[in-house]
Amino acid sequence: MAQAPVLPRGFELPLKQRLPRIGSIDQIGVEQRAAELAKRSIKKDAKVWALELALRCCDLTTLEGQDTPGKVTALCSKAIRPDPSDPNIPSVAAVCVYPNLIAVAKERLAGSGVKVASVATYFPSGQAPLDVKLRDVEDAVALGADEIDMVIDRGAFLSGRYAKVFDEIVKVKEACGDAHLKVILEVAELGTYDNVRRASLLAMAAGADFIKTSTGKLPGAATLPVQLVMLEAIRDVHAETGRKVGMKPAGGIRTSKNAIQYLVQVHETLGPDWLTPDLYRIGASSLVNDILMQLRTQKTGRYQSKDYFTND
Amino acid sequence: MTDVEKRQDRSPVPQGWTYAPAPESTDVVRLQDRYELYVGGEWLTAKEHFTTISPRDEAPLAEVAQASEADVHQAVASARDAFQTWSKLPGSERAKYMFRIARILAERSREFAVLESLNGGKPIKESRDVDLPLAAAHFFYYAGWADKLEYAFPNRTPKPLGVAGQIIPWNFPLLMLAWKIAPALAAGNTVVLKPAETTPLTALLFCDVLRQAELPPGVVNIVTGDGSTGAALVDADVDKIAFTGSTEVGKAIQRRLAGTGKKLTLELGGKAANIVFDDCAIDQAVEGIVNGIYFNQGHVCCAGSRLLVQESIYEPVIEKLKQRMATLRVGDPLDKNTDVGAINSREQLNRIEELVAAGTAEGAEIYQPPCKLPEQGYWFAPTVFTNVAQSYRIAQEEIFGPVLSVLTFRTPDEAVEKANNTPYGLSAGVWTEKGSRILWMAQHLRAGVVWANTFNRFDPTSPFGGYKESGFGREGGLHGMEPYLDFA
Repeated sequence: MAQAPVLPRGFELPLKQRLPRIGSIDQIGVEQRAAELAKRSIKKDAKVWALELALRCCDLTTLEGQDTPGKVTALCSKAIRPDPSDPNIPSVAAVCVYPNLIAVAKERLAGSGVKVASVATYFPSGQAPLDVKLRDVEDAVALGADEIDMVIDRGAFLSGRYAKVFDEIVKVKEACGDAHLKVILEVAELGTYDNVRRASLLAMAAGADFIKTSTGKLPGAATLPVQLVMLEAIRDVHAETGRKVGMKPAGGIRTSKNAIQYLVQVHETLGPDWLTPDLYRIGASSLVNDILMQLRTQKTGRYQSKDYFTND
Repeated sequence: MTDVEKRQDRSPVPQGWTYAPAPESTDVVRLQDRYELYVGGEWLTAKEHFTTISPRDEAPLAEVAQASEADVHQAVASARDAFQTWSKLPGSERAKYMFRIARILAERSREFAVLESLNGGKPIKESRDVDLPLAAAHFFYYAGWADKLEYAFPNRTPKPLGVAGQIIPWNFPLLMLAWKIAPALAAGNTVVLKPAETTPLTALLFCDVLRQAELPPGVVNIVTGDGSTGAALVDADVDKIAFTGSTEVGKAIQRRLAGTGKKLTLELGGKAANIVFDDCAIDQAVEGIVNGIYFNQGHVCCAGSRLLVQESIYEPVIEKLKQRMATLRVGDPLDKNTDVGAINSREQLNRIEELVAAGTAEGAEIYQPPCKLPEQGYWFAPTVFTNVAQSYRIAQEEIFGPVLSVLTFRTPDEAVEKANNTPYGLSAGVWTEKGSRILWMAQHLRAGVVWANTFNRFDPTSPFGGYKESGFGREGGLHGMEPYLDFA
């Protein structure tokens, strides 16, 4: 007798829904809502609070072929103490580097509380055999990375091989051990909000601690509507399972104003629980100096020249 | 490495994030103590006046004239005079004035937006981003038709009617003024307009725009007052009445005009169904439900006040809706972060309260998110009723407030049947990812506007109007010109 076809893992048809229904996204609607939220007017104390939070949530990032121990050491110093003239300015959440530079970052950040994040799984394309990717993760963890930023296999995702994407994330998560896993969807390559939602749910079902928008290597990285789609997926997973998955937009967030718009969205979609570096990160590099400049403006009432803020 | 220590956690641990007040300044608005009637390009002193207030704190804003029957007749006479020259101007000349009005409105939009929120209670973000841009857009749009009427109606000879009497409501004071005045002027008519009793101020400020645009005297006349002023205008020597407001008053006007030969268009109430199918994009549908009923405190004739949800997704939709309602910011209309402002008047608040009490008494289940309402002024928390039966008053009568009634359906046929089962027929919303279903629903819904996967979107190029007791005649688009023209 013919058997019912077995669906790939993660896509069984359970009688009781294990995941929120995948559903779809209306492009015009989600962009409209994102645009409305972007108009919130955040002033005075609320602004200072948001700026400091944005700083505490930053993953200060350098992912270049030209990265050197010197460059990474400088970045780590900035991470610990973003504004040398003001000891009240908090440290950022983490420094994000390539595996080769983990040891350097680890040494400089020792005891500071600032985490070391490393990209892995054949970042940024993810186009390598699974064993190579897993080895990449194992090495990064062995070198002391606290957090792993992996990329999903977009080639597999776009050709409909969701099970491959799912299985890879599961295996990477195992290889991570205690390290936190951020799953990069690379939204610029996914093409539609429907795909962003699908990939978000897939990554969370497979065990992601965070879902992250982009590698930062492509134009059209994080956008407000993309984050909104991902936050709504996180909200659905939380409603369904009680699990709190973190969010990390990366790429293209350069100004304080823009960062606050991202935070407003988190606040009004997921609520205050997510406004912490444990559940929210911003992948950025040039953003930090703009925040410092705005914070100083809020405190002194004047804008200062860019030359008063260190370029690292 | 002595500086190696984590310098964080000095700012407070996130326990909610309170947005600091972000009030729009009222300095841009300079109000007179007292306003008279704008007749023949001059201020005509009235005998009686009444006080107009701000619903946000009940503070008096100005004294406004109560136009008597004689005042109305004088306004109509001055419009009649002006018609002689205005109707003979080439369309391109009329258009010049209208483009000028549109530009001035755009330039002074901040001033108008603040005054609209002050006098009417709507959130500044709506008056700023919706009312004002649309009002200016209407003048721009109809200015474009003024010199193209012969091409717009081929093989017909369009001629202006004469004097149009126009009576507008308090929910979108300036926007309704634009909807009425723009097509009338483009067609070559002159106008006597009566703003709503509770929201006369933007119309009075608009007189200053007319002065700036150097519109010939008498082409637009503004008479303020209560219902008796409106009744006097209906009975006066006008060629057409255009009314937007309640069905009750609309019926009274229609009775009064029967047999007089005056033309009439009516834009009346509604009890629109917002229909959510189980294959919709659910988060965006929830957003559309919220926008459909809580936009402008639900003071919208086409508001999606009846939510019809397919039973298979009833629970997630209601759960998400309640969550979303909890993030609505109710308060000072002039705060830039306010989502829901003040109820327009004491009278309207009483009506909302009465119908909500009826809903509870009939057995519907009420939900209101926790929100702190200001002590002064007129306020009503966003409200949703579940377990509503089609026979309840809250499912039948127009509430015209931030109150949503939720019903369920099982099949598309049932959705259509329930949606059409009302004396009204102004608008409807359909939420589904299935294109063919949208088209099928649009064919079967008896409503003047059917929105698909959106709600409460307006555009000057798009005709708007009702079926059944929601009125007749269309405003907006080329359709909106016809009620202001005679065809020889």
